[in-house]
Formats: sequence, C-alpha cells, structure tokens
Amino acid sequence: MRNHLVLRVIAKLLIPFILVFALYVQFHGDYGPGGGFQAGVIFAVAFILYALIYGLENARRVMPPTWLRAGTALGVLIYAGTGIATMFLGGKFLDYSRLAHDASHGQHYGIIAVEFGVGLTVASVMVTIFFVFAGRQRLTDEDPDEENGA
Amino acid sequence: MLAHLPVLQVILPLIAAPVCILLRRATLVWLFATVVCVLTFAISVVLLVQVMGGEPIRYELGNWVAPWGIVYVVDSVSALILVIVSGIAAVAMPFALRSAASEIEPDRLYLFYTMYLLCLAGLLGIAITGDAFNLFVFLEISSLSSYTLISLGRNRKALHAAFQYLVMGTIGATLYLIGIGLLYALTGTLNMADLAVRLAPLLDSRITLAAFGFIVVGLGLKLAMFPLHLWLPNAYTHSPSVVSVFLAGTATKVSLYALLRILYDVFGVRFDFEQQPMSALFAIVAVAGLVICSLVAMYQQNVKRILAFSSVAQIGYMLLGVAFATAAGLQASLLHIFNHALLKSGLFLAVGCLVLRTGSSQLANLSGIAREMPWTMAAFVVCGLSLIGVPATAGFISKWYLVSAAIEKGWWPFAALIVATSLLAVIYIWRVIEVAYFRPASDRPAGSPPATEAPLSMLVPTWIIAAANIWFGLDASAPAAITARAAKALMGAGG
Repeated sequence: MRNHLVLRVIAKLLIPFILVFALYVQFHGDYGPGGGFQAGVIFAVAFILYALIYGLENARRVMPPTWLRAGTALGVLIYAGTGIATMFLGGKFLDYSRLAHDASHGQHYGIIAVEFGVGLTVASVMVTIFFVFAGRQRLTDEDPDEENGA
Repeated sequence: MLAHLPVLQVILPLIAAPVCILLRRATLVWLFATVVCVLTFAISVVLLVQVMGGEPIRYELGNWVAPWGIVYVVDSVSALILVIVSGIAAVAMPFALRSAASEIEPDRLYLFYTMYLLCLAGLLGIAITGDAFNLFVFLEISSLSSYTLISLGRNRKALHAAFQYLVMGTIGATLYLIGIGLLYALTGTLNMADLAVRLAPLLDSRITLAAFGFIVVGLGLKLAMFPLHLWLPNAYTHSPSVVSVFLAGTATKVSLYALLRILYDVFGVRFDFEQQPMSALFAIVAVAGLVICSLVAMYQQNVKRILAFSSVAQIGYMLLGVAFATAAGLQASLLHIFNHALLKSGLFLAVGCLVLRTGSSQLANLSGIAREMPWTMAAFVVCGLSLIGVPATAGFISKWYLVSAAIEKGWWPFAALIVATSLLAVIYIWRVIEVAYFRPASDRPAGSPPATEAPLSMLVPTWIIAAANIWFGLDASAPAAITARAAKALMGAGG
C-alpha cells in the first residue's frame, strides 16, 4: 500500500472522524439509535482501516494485543461491575435508579456505564478477530510456494 | 446478601470469566476458577435448601417487575438442575489441573478456563431464568463457549467436531428463536408465566402450533433427541477430557430442562399430551434412540465414543419418562437427569485418567490397563454398574422409578424394554472391562508408554463421583424427595 498515496491520505483524514462518530454513537445511544455495540464496531473499523492501509505491524504497534485482551475483559467487568455497584447501594442487580439521588439520573448514569462496557468489549473483540485473521494470512504468505501463486 | 443469591449464581462465573483473561498465569487462573466453581456450587446448595423449605424464589433484574423485566425463578426443578450443573463443574475443576494441562496448549490454558466459566454461567442461566428470550441468550452463551471448548481437543478432528456441533447447534438455537418470535408476535410477551396465561385462549391458533413445532425441534437438536443427535458422538469423543466430563454431565440435561420448562410451564400439560401427540412422539424417539444407539455403542472402538452413544441412549430413558405424561414418569425422568449426570461424568472422569496415562482412549491401547491403574478402573466399574442399573447404585434408582411409572401407566412393553436395553448396556460396558482386566498388556500397540496410576488430583474427583453413585444408590431419599416435588410443580403448573 506504500504507493497508494490517495488511499493513505484519505485514510489519515477519515480515521479521526470515524473515531469521533463512534463516540457520538456511543454517548448518544440512550437518546437516539445507537449504543455500545454499534459504537464498538465503528470504533474498531477505524483501527481495521488503519491496519489495511498501513499494515498489520503498524496497527499492532498502535493497538498492542495486550491492551486488546485487557479491553475485552474490562468491558464485561464494567458492565457487571455496574450491576454489583447497584447491589452494594441497596438495590437489585443492575437497578440503575440507585446510582443517583434522582432515579431518572441514576438510570442515565447506569446506561452510560453499561454501554461503555459493551462498546469497549465489542471494539476490542472486533480488532482482535481482525488481527487473528489477518495474522493467519501473513503466515501463509511467508510460505514460498504460496508467494509464487500470489 | 441472601436475597441476591439467585443473581449471584449466574454472575459469579460470568464475572470470573473475564478476570481469568486478566490473570493469565495458568495455575493462578486454575486456582481462581476452582474457588469460583466451589462458591457457585455452595450458592446452588443454599438455594436448593431454601426452595425445599418454602416457596419458589423470584428475583427481578434491575428491579423491573415481571412481565416487562427479566425474572429469575428458582423452584424445586431449577434448583435441582443448578445443583447438578455447578456440582459437576466444581468436581471437574481439581481434575482439570493435570488433565487440561496435558491436553491443551499451555498458552491457551487461561482461555480454556475462561470458556469453562462462561459455559457454566450460560448453563446456570438457562436453568434459573423465567424469561423465554433470556433463555435463548444463555443457550447461546453456553453453546458458543462449548464449541470453543470442544475445538481445544488434541487433534484436528476436534475442530471438525466443534464445527459440526456449531452448525447443528446454531440451527437448533435458530429454530428455538423462531418459535419464541412467533409466540411473541402472538402474545406480546416473553415472560414464561405471562406467556402461559396469554397463550391459554390461543392454543388452537396455527401460529401456536408452528411455534410449538419449532421449539420442540430446536431444543431437540440441543438435547440430542434421537435422530437429531449426530453432533454429539464426535463432540464428546474429540474434546479434551475435562470438557467431555463437564458437557456429558450437564449440557444435554440443561437443554432437556429447557424443553420441559417450555412444554409444562408455557404450553401446559393438557396441550402437550392431549391436544398434541407428544406422548407418542417422545415414546418413539426414546425407544429408537435407546435401542439403536445402544447397539451402535456396542461396536465402537473408542471408549469415549462408546460413552457418547450411550449418552444418546440414556437421553431416551429421560424422554420415555416424559412420554408417560404422569407425575411418576416425570419424576423418574428428573431422577435420571440427576443420576445420569453422576454416572456419566464419573465414567468420563475415569476415561480422562486413562487418557492422561496412556495418551489414548482407543480400546486397543487399554489392554490390561487395570493392573497398572487399579483405582481408575475400579471407579470406571462402579460408574459402569450404575449405568447398567445394578442395585445399590444410583442408576438402579432411576430405572426402578421408570419401570414403576411404566407399570403404573399400564405400558408393560416399555417396562420390559427398559430392562432389555439395560442388558445392552451390560454388553458395551463389559467390552471395556474385558479389555482392561482380562487382556494382557502385550496386546497394546508397539511403542505404547508404560502406564502408572493417575495422580491424586484426578483420582479424588473421580472417586468422589463414584462414591456419590453408591451413596445415592443406597439412600435416594433426598433426590427422590426433590424430584417428587419438582414433578408435582411441573405437572401442576399447566393446570
């Protein structure tokens, strides 16, 4: 992709907007269409685009697999942790009303926390899946016979 | 804290699973997962005691009231299943330390424990939820994680087996979802209790019939009801030993539980057995499964495969009990769920010990192994006797109840059939025993490593289960009391 100047420039221009749009979908989720899952996918797309244009090695440097693993686990923990927090505040599991003095504020905080967890896990898993599949491709490319065929 | 036990039952393993990813060190993860499994088991026992002492426990998630929100309902039926699932999971954990380490790549071990806990959370969720769609979600959690668990097996056939199960399991889950979707379109609710009320005047509707068909076939695939069992033998044979133990003891039984829940609590006894020919259908697939799969089991060359086909056959007993459409039959069926979980996981635990020491579960590799591994093979014999249904073992109790239920119903030929198929079980268990006890070790293929007795960390869980088989064979009062109450609750719910 080194010679595709147009692709490289356009990708560089687009990626920040993709990321911001993902955040918009994430935090606007409780008012309009959207939410953690969609936002997570869009967020991951930014990294996948980067990997497609600038190569897997660079993408791995931007988003190390260790971070991805942590993100995958932390997202679920944020979700479940919100539920546990409401239990400690005297409510039932995921009873968001307990998170603030005002029940409807509590519902907002709860949904934002939970959706953030969903977004984090979905984005991490999406990028991980892409890295794994792209990594496999790279391994077969190193095989000399395959290289001739390609 | 006691009030939160129903939700903790499910979220404890669910939260522990991602923590395993963060811990990463195999032994540390194992220790953590073991503690979690034991705690989960303790919770299920407390729940069972609470339920047996009083009313069913209900827990509204997020404090959303029943028909709108998701409710967890623990009654005598679900409490029994919770104890079985978490009990098997807890017993298999100490066993996993050596067994999983020898069969799974070291850098994937922490992922194995993650998946194991997720699968546990999914199975417990199916048992505890009172919401038909939530049941689907947990069904998928447990299924997806079990596909992964199976694919971790030692050779490439495991991948194929996992893929086969994935395709069949996904079809099953999809059919179930279509059925639930139809019911939702018809009634506008997903809560099981609410569905039963709203569905009562709509039972003649064709949509109800279609939904009923989709759900029965969908869950039939997941529980390996006879002609839909094709995924099971490969999945149990090629998965790592611990996974075979866990899945053989729990997965199909939980699916059967889900089917019972929907049949009795949503559609109602009268619809199932008077308007629909479920008695005939279950009786036919049960008998076909029992006879054919027992015969197939006799000709297998791999012990795990023998046990896998035997599992499909044993599901026949459970379905036969349901086919009687009486409280006694249902009780026998639930008892067999409990006893079969004990005896089949015991058999797979023993086979896991053999695989660790001989590297194979092929009959040819096990010639004369009883001399080198007497304790392992003794446990195998005990659980094998239980499978056959010899008196003073757990397997006898459920067959006794099943035969009594058949006679009470007046279906004499079925009573004879239960005894006859037990004789088929004698044959396939005897083949293993004959090879292990009476063939010389020199019959093994050249180059087989010399075997020694399995380590204590694996023998102790195996013997705990073997001892439980004898214990519940001698004193079945506790499971009999629980299942009697559970059967009454299920039969009563449909009116």
